Amino acid sequence: MTTGQAVTGSKIRWSAINLIVVFFAITPVLWIVSLSLKQPSTFTDGSFIPRKITFDNYLGIFRTGGFARPLLNSIGIGLISTAIAIVLGVFAAYAIARLNFPGRRVMLGASLLIAMFPQVSLVTPLFQIERSLHLFNTWPGLILPYVTFTLPLTIYTLSAFFREIPWELEKAAKMDGATPFQAFRHVIVPLAVPGVVTATILAFIQCWNDFLFAIALTSSDSARTAPAAISFFTGASQFEDPTGSIAAAAVVITIPIVIFVLVFQSRIVSGLTSGAVKG
Amino acid sequence: MADIVLDGVTKRYDDGSTAVRDLDISIADHELLILVGPSGCGKSTTLNMIAGLENITDGELRISGKRMNERAPRDRDIAMVFQSYALYPHMSVAENMAFPLKLAGVDKATIKNKVEHTAEILELTAYLNRKPGHLSGGQRQRVAMGRAIVRSPQAFLMDEPLSNLDAKLRVQMRTAIARLQKSLGTTMVYVTHDQIEAMTLGDRIALMLRGVVQQIGSPQELYEQPANLFVAGFIGSPAMNFFTGEVVDNTVSTVIGNIPLPDKHRRALEAHLSGTREVVVGLRPEAFEDAALVGDRTHGATFTQCVDIMESVGSAKFAYLNLASTDRPSRITELDEETGADEVFRDSQLVAQLDSRSPAQESEDLQLWFNPSDMILFEPEHGRNLLIED
Repeated sequence: MTTGQAVTGSKIRWSAINLIVVFFAITPVLWIVSLSLKQPSTFTDGSFIPRKITFDNYLGIFRTGGFARPLLNSIGIGLISTAIAIVLGVFAAYAIARLNFPGRRVMLGASLLIAMFPQVSLVTPLFQIERSLHLFNTWPGLILPYVTFTLPLTIYTLSAFFREIPWELEKAAKMDGATPFQAFRHVIVPLAVPGVVTATILAFIQCWNDFLFAIALTSSDSARTAPAAISFFTGASQFEDPTGSIAAAAVVITIPIVIFVLVFQSRIVSGLTSGAVKG
Repeated sequence: MADIVLDGVTKRYDDGSTAVRDLDISIADHELLILVGPSGCGKSTTLNMIAGLENITDGELRISGKRMNERAPRDRDIAMVFQSYALYPHMSVAENMAFPLKLAGVDKATIKNKVEHTAEILELTAYLNRKPGHLSGGQRQRVAMGRAIVRSPQAFLMDEPLSNLDAKLRVQMRTAIARLQKSLGTTMVYVTHDQIEAMTLGDRIALMLRGVVQQIGSPQELYEQPANLFVAGFIGSPAMNFFTGEVVDNTVSTVIGNIPLPDKHRRALEAHLSGTREVVVGLRPEAFEDAALVGDRTHGATFTQCVDIMESVGSAKFAYLNLASTDRPSRITELDEETGADEVFRDSQLVAQLDSRSPAQESEDLQLWFNPSDMILFEPEHGRNLLIED
């Protein structure tokens, strides 16, 4: 009896704590959604739920605000950067996890160092370099730094996954007549899928959320990504408040991330290697 | 079908340590050779060198007369079964077995036929569509075997394939593997650390220690005529009893009394020694018997000692007797340390295997009988068997 009560008690306690945490996390999001659906005149009415729902803010950012182009830039640059980082990362991580070459640890350490480097300190030199290389305000001009900063992350995540895959599977593949590349393609890569998916999501989110490079290395809509574009929002006149547009744009840029995570989440199957060895 | 020849094969690692030293083994076509030894003796390294998973530092490996040193594993046409089975977890049983054929570019219909045929031999037909994760240990082991035999390679390499199975299944699979090897007639090299597996399975056994082959021969040869102390101690369960002895005239004086030397032993010793000399005496537990059960004692020697522990395994009894503490042969202490086999070379204790009818009781005196001609004499310095002619 007493243990049953204790269990219920702790359940209630944990539920309450969880509710508080979820409430704390989700309130700003709901607030932004609410703002984006309000009419400009009612922003400061103090009501959390809009009195009258309007989609004018959404229509506004695409029709007059020119948000479509930055959104396209964001999607394109994000996907290309992620693809490059994942392909390079898979090979690099495999090498680091499996092959014994001099300087292996140094490589991993160096890539971590890059990931931890304060990006602000690189913005000015990058700005100068990209201008003289004519990369400034172009897609490659953003893809390059994005790959640089997502690669350490993907290498680190993926090498951890590769290390989990039993060595003997690869030996078995070799004995079964596979070339090193066939062993990699038919045995290692399929088993590393959960790792690749995880790394892909992380890399894409990192590219998608970047603001610093996007604002510093672009000057027009030809390469400016969505987060940077939002900061350039102005009202229709200098006396109009752009809050509604900003809120609507903020909601719009979270949608692809949600879709991306939902699509790939189902592919993250844990324990895929079970049954390979022993048991 | 192929013969495998290791000609002076040596494996040295970059850090200078030598895993395998100057190995000369030739494995005949259709033969089942067992590589056995304590862990770290280089048996798995040897197998990996035959497989091509490790480079050969020195010497030559020939399969069917062709040099293999530089060939990749896939060009050697040999299959391997791993201790962990190493099944591909994302493939079904059928796909696992089809994998080597697929890589070899065999057409789909032939693959299907061969996989089904192999599954039938190994009684895996019902599990072809399952993933390895949903199979029992024994079934996984059979899938690993299936993947090896499906493409009819020149030779099989087995790396402790049964060590992850429980005892009963291990015995069943041991017989199954022996039968399979006989029926397929494929040359097989089988690595194990289990001397019973080695004794029951092999045509020939190569016993290794510290990267050096100590003796190659039939199980019976290794049991009856061990080349040295290590072989004698490793083969047989419970292990052989060892004590130091001093040869004086025609007897050897030991902690269990003065044992008269049989003619065979005397002649062998004459070739090696002169006058008084120390030897290590080896006597298997099976050499002893409860004196009360022995009718004709004319050819034997006896001694009496208090029984410390009695163990019964049903068909036989084991009596553990404490001997007066003597200096252990230094060579044996050394071997203990190398092999970590403290259990194998028991300190001043003697094990005797008795008939199950023996009335011997714990903490009572027991008179043991043995035939001195079962004695094996070793040279204490290098552990060489003195009864074997050079």
